[in-house]
Amino acid sequence: MAFCAAFITFPGSNCDRDMAVALETISGTAPIRVWHGDSELPDGVDLVALPGGFSYGDYLRSGAMAAHSPIMRAVKHAADRGVPVLGVCNGFQVLTEAGLLPGALMRNAGQTFICRTVPLRVENSETLFTAGYEAGQVIRIPVAHHDGNYFADEDTLDRLEGEGRVAFRYVETCNGSRRDIAGVLNTAGNVLGMMPHPERAIEQDHGGTDGRALFESAVKGLVGA
Amino acid sequence: MKVRIHVSLKPGVLDPQGRAVHHALEGLGFAGVQDVRIGRLIELEVDEGTTDDALDAMCRGLLANMVIENYRIEKAASSSEREPA
Repeated sequence: MAFCAAFITFPGSNCDRDMAVALETISGTAPIRVWHGDSELPDGVDLVALPGGFSYGDYLRSGAMAAHSPIMRAVKHAADRGVPVLGVCNGFQVLTEAGLLPGALMRNAGQTFICRTVPLRVENSETLFTAGYEAGQVIRIPVAHHDGNYFADEDTLDRLEGEGRVAFRYVETCNGSRRDIAGVLNTAGNVLGMMPHPERAIEQDHGGTDGRALFESAVKGLVGA
Repeated sequence: MKVRIHVSLKPGVLDPQGRAVHHALEGLGFAGVQDVRIGRLIELEVDEGTTDDALDAMCRGLLANMVIENYRIEKAASSSEREPA
């Protein structure tokens, strides 16, 4: 059975093509582009990816406008049904603004845009997206963001940690994120938001291939080995 | 009816922008500034009959992010806003 992934393009998305190339490279099937103004996802979609970028020019707050675009109602319904949703960078911001993930992404503590490859620790390797990694494995994935400073109140952070919902953590302090959190999961584990860009670590020419296992995990988990 | 929505960071939420501005004020020689917090002012022009509940819903649904921000609704009694002389 062919793997059917969809990726959303918002006005201002700029990593949507990278995401599409990563999904096609790993799954062998080109994903379907869905426009923010559409109200439906493709029938039988196996995975929905929200790419990085600056949707709606980061108006109001990063991800705030995109979170209320027509397609997000369909993404919420799909997530509720258990369809895996991956949000990277701006996609993570959109997922928090849409209420699909807890917390918020604030301006980096140092006020600067951070663009470099950082070490990340895989905190939970028993999820659809991380099964291809070892627990505690340190991987190197690029970050490129201005608003990646993860914030949630202490009770929420404790709950996330206790439930294994911190997927990735910065090994070194990166942007001021509470508890150095780089990626979180929803309660059911089918929605992952992360600031680092796994789709930018697929080919050797990217400077590393540590992002491959994330897509391989998802494809394998969804269509079988 | 003119409505002003004041959106501010919740107490305890770090405001790096405010901190940078605080440092800049000190650098300019202004003494006695204890703290700087930067928020956002959103001005709405709404129908007279717009309810408080509707304004609350606008704030909670979009204008403020309740994870990190508080909001305060200020209704202007009339359009008596004065420009600085």
